[in-house]
Amino acid sequence: MTKENQSEEKKPNSFQIFLEELQHSPRVVTILAILTGIVLGGVLAAVTSLDFYAAFAISPWEGILTGLEIAWNTYAALFTGSVGDIGRISDALAGGNEAEIRRAFFPFFESLVQTVPYLFGGLAVAVGFRSGLFNIGVEGQIFIGAITSVWAGYFFKGLSPIIHVPLTLFFGALGGALWGFIPGLLKAKTGAHEVINTIMMNYVAFRLSEFMLRGPIKDPTEFTPKSPWIEDSAKFFRFFGDPIRFHLGFFVALGIAFLMYWLLFKTTWGFELRTVGSNPRAARYAGMNNVAVTIIAMSLSGALAGMAGANEIMGVNFRLMPAFSSGYGFDSIALALLGKNHPFGVALSALLFGFLRNGARQMQLRAGIPIDIISILQAIILAFIAAPAIIRTIYRLKEPNYEEEGVKLTGWGGQ
Amino acid sequence: MAPLLELRGITKRFPGVLANDHIDLTLEKGEIHALLGENGAGKTTLMNILYGLYDPDEGDILVNGEKVSISNPTDAIKAGIGMVHQHFMLIPVFTVTENVMLGEEVVKNGDFLDRAKAAERIMEISEQYKLDVDPNALVEDMPVGIQQRAEIIKLLFRDADILILDEPTAVLTPQEVEELFNILRLLVDKGKSIIFITHKLAEVMRCADRITVIRNGKVIGTTTPKQSSTNDLANMMVGREVDLQVEKNAVKKGDVVLSVNNLKIPDQSNNLCVNNVSFEVRAGEILGIAGVQGNGQTELVRSLTGLLPPLDGSIQILGQDTTRSSPRKITELGSAHIPEDRQKDGLVLDFSVADNLVLNTYYLPQFSNGIIADENKVLENGKELVKGFDIRTPGTTTKVSSLSGGNQQKVIVAREFSRPIKLLIASQPTRGLDVGSIEYIHQRLIEKRDEGTAVLIVSTELDEILQLADRIAVIYRGEIIEVLDSDQANKEVVGLLMAGIRPDEETLKKARAKKEKIIMT
Repeated sequence: MTKENQSEEKKPNSFQIFLEELQHSPRVVTILAILTGIVLGGVLAAVTSLDFYAAFAISPWEGILTGLEIAWNTYAALFTGSVGDIGRISDALAGGNEAEIRRAFFPFFESLVQTVPYLFGGLAVAVGFRSGLFNIGVEGQIFIGAITSVWAGYFFKGLSPIIHVPLTLFFGALGGALWGFIPGLLKAKTGAHEVINTIMMNYVAFRLSEFMLRGPIKDPTEFTPKSPWIEDSAKFFRFFGDPIRFHLGFFVALGIAFLMYWLLFKTTWGFELRTVGSNPRAARYAGMNNVAVTIIAMSLSGALAGMAGANEIMGVNFRLMPAFSSGYGFDSIALALLGKNHPFGVALSALLFGFLRNGARQMQLRAGIPIDIISILQAIILAFIAAPAIIRTIYRLKEPNYEEEGVKLTGWGGQ
Repeated sequence: MAPLLELRGITKRFPGVLANDHIDLTLEKGEIHALLGENGAGKTTLMNILYGLYDPDEGDILVNGEKVSISNPTDAIKAGIGMVHQHFMLIPVFTVTENVMLGEEVVKNGDFLDRAKAAERIMEISEQYKLDVDPNALVEDMPVGIQQRAEIIKLLFRDADILILDEPTAVLTPQEVEELFNILRLLVDKGKSIIFITHKLAEVMRCADRITVIRNGKVIGTTTPKQSSTNDLANMMVGREVDLQVEKNAVKKGDVVLSVNNLKIPDQSNNLCVNNVSFEVRAGEILGIAGVQGNGQTELVRSLTGLLPPLDGSIQILGQDTTRSSPRKITELGSAHIPEDRQKDGLVLDFSVADNLVLNTYYLPQFSNGIIADENKVLENGKELVKGFDIRTPGTTTKVSSLSGGNQQKVIVAREFSRPIKLLIASQPTRGLDVGSIEYIHQRLIEKRDEGTAVLIVSTELDEILQLADRIAVIYRGEIIEVLDSDQANKEVVGLLMAGIRPDEETLKKARAKKEKIIMT
């Protein structure tokens, strides 16, 4: 407590500080968790392969070699599938055939295309978490956003893309926002738990989309339930020719991520949102309007999810079909946690998920490794993130001496 | 004969801090040995070493004259050492028996728990030491005082001879403290030995046989309550002269700032927990509301600050009706609030010191343009207040959760005092703080009063009220049963009123005649 005590403390040199920081940084844990997950994923790929056991029957050494080979092939295929075949890329560049170059670069850009809905979805979950809300309804909000944006995409005709593209995106956001607003309102006004309500809203959204596709927004010329194609003026600009689908939505998503960062950490409203999320009682004490913050935050979260749906319509599918979102909303919960609910962290983990998901398909095709390995890989990484003690034990890292940045969620009791 | 327990030259270093510096300590059989020191002096570190939670860098532990090595709590229990932590280690949804058995299960027929047998043993212990704990009660249903006794039973169940109690009174009401001291006495009478960790002077004077004072990780000295006064102990603890008497000028009352009329507040089950309360506070005076915890003070303060709408009655601040105003409007009228529970209401523990210092002013022109927060100004404000209010923190961007309790309270005081205020509502402003911080906060409160702020202090610490208040309102079962001028009040009178007993004329007369000197604790 006294001044002389402070001066007695030895000043550690900068290298020590660096080491300490490194060992305490939650980021190191994240990176190590990903690396460890990849190693374990390789082991899993090996031990689930019949070749491995056949080789093991010959000799253990043979078995280990085969196991390594399988793991190597798995990740080689994952890399080729998500980034591209380096040999093919260089040949194509040397050959100068434009179509061939595009085909060679296709996997890389396709991974980026996969990243976009993850980025929007992850931001939606992160904004919810930051305000103390667990939005499990992202998947449903994606569907509603897709419905509203597809309608705006085909209903308005003859608009300039400068107007039609933002308008369609806005409609998507609006639909998602409505789907977030309802549980947000229920939470703020009655204390009804958002986890339950968003889950239920998901089912309403799924069935509603099926109804819409069979009735109000069905393309009458089609036999199966599909919406009409959206106007060309509502489509996101594609930067390259076929087969590359890389589109403007990627940069829109990055822009929105930056906007969210600015909103959360630089504005007074973001300060309120984070205060309500971190300690609602202190927020009330400080005179903040918890009810308004909760409702707006949940609507914003829904709007971001709605943009994920709009993005898929405007950049990839151009029309709505049943079951068009293959669980982006649920993966988003995981990747928001991986990104520590920080917009930049979410952007990085969205890239990771995008590349993994896209690569997994190729992996299945080329190496015969089931696509589920990637789900397991994601699960392992998340388990390590959720239980940093495991990673700290494996790598003998020190416990951080300060609290890690965490997210608090309200419990079932509403406390 | 060798002492029961001896610590020799215990040293523990943490990065950048020498938490324990060659500490020697002996515990004789059948004594209560108080370990006295401010928060952060190294008391808890020392006890965690003794209990096997930390390894010492140097030094030996001897039990009955023999060197023992204690590297985990199991070793400690084997050596007969048990510890009651400040935060209880009980599972709320388990019964007392189940909690006590945990880790030391009594079984029958191989692998089945024998709750009855364990409960029987607990009953025996409970009766032997007059602990009065029902072995079959659920922990979550029990008051804090009883939970603590369940923790003590846990130790006795494991045949501990040396009981370490870490700040056992911090969570107790005055009555529960009284009961605890009786239990401790009985325990030592029956041959147990106790190490009692605390920073409260009055308590060590009351219950300890010997006192060892620790400061900055070093033993300053060992003494007995007879050989020293509270002032001596305070000086040893803090390392400088501490003024336990608060100097106050005569009161200069101004206009009415806060006026409360016939206020009625319902609690969660819709009973009135504040009933027909009326009082006023004038500029330049301190009104103290004295009362045992749970008599409606919490709800009263929450109503005054806009957090809990009252059922009936009115509240006026500076002539404006604020009965159902929002917390922000009340704040903007120039009212400051030091909340009862600083961690739950007053601070966002995940946020930095600087952010917490603008928790209710972040939106004002000096910190933002209405939309964008001005980080530089927030940090500047943080630096200024950290310096001005002597907040001990590594920096303004440090998370407030890593500060000590006293410094956390200083963050709140700095925030509330740094803007122009007309009314200050302070609820339990010094609960759980060390002597140095209490002294500091008391001085600041008096300063505000002398500047002409109307101050309302709600406290369950009788001594605090008697020291600070110019007028004392006693609250009992939701009603203010008496308002006394400070020169009519003494410990006896207010103490009786707090228990709901109206003192007779004789006592009142005595109080007026002889204004007792009150020593702060």
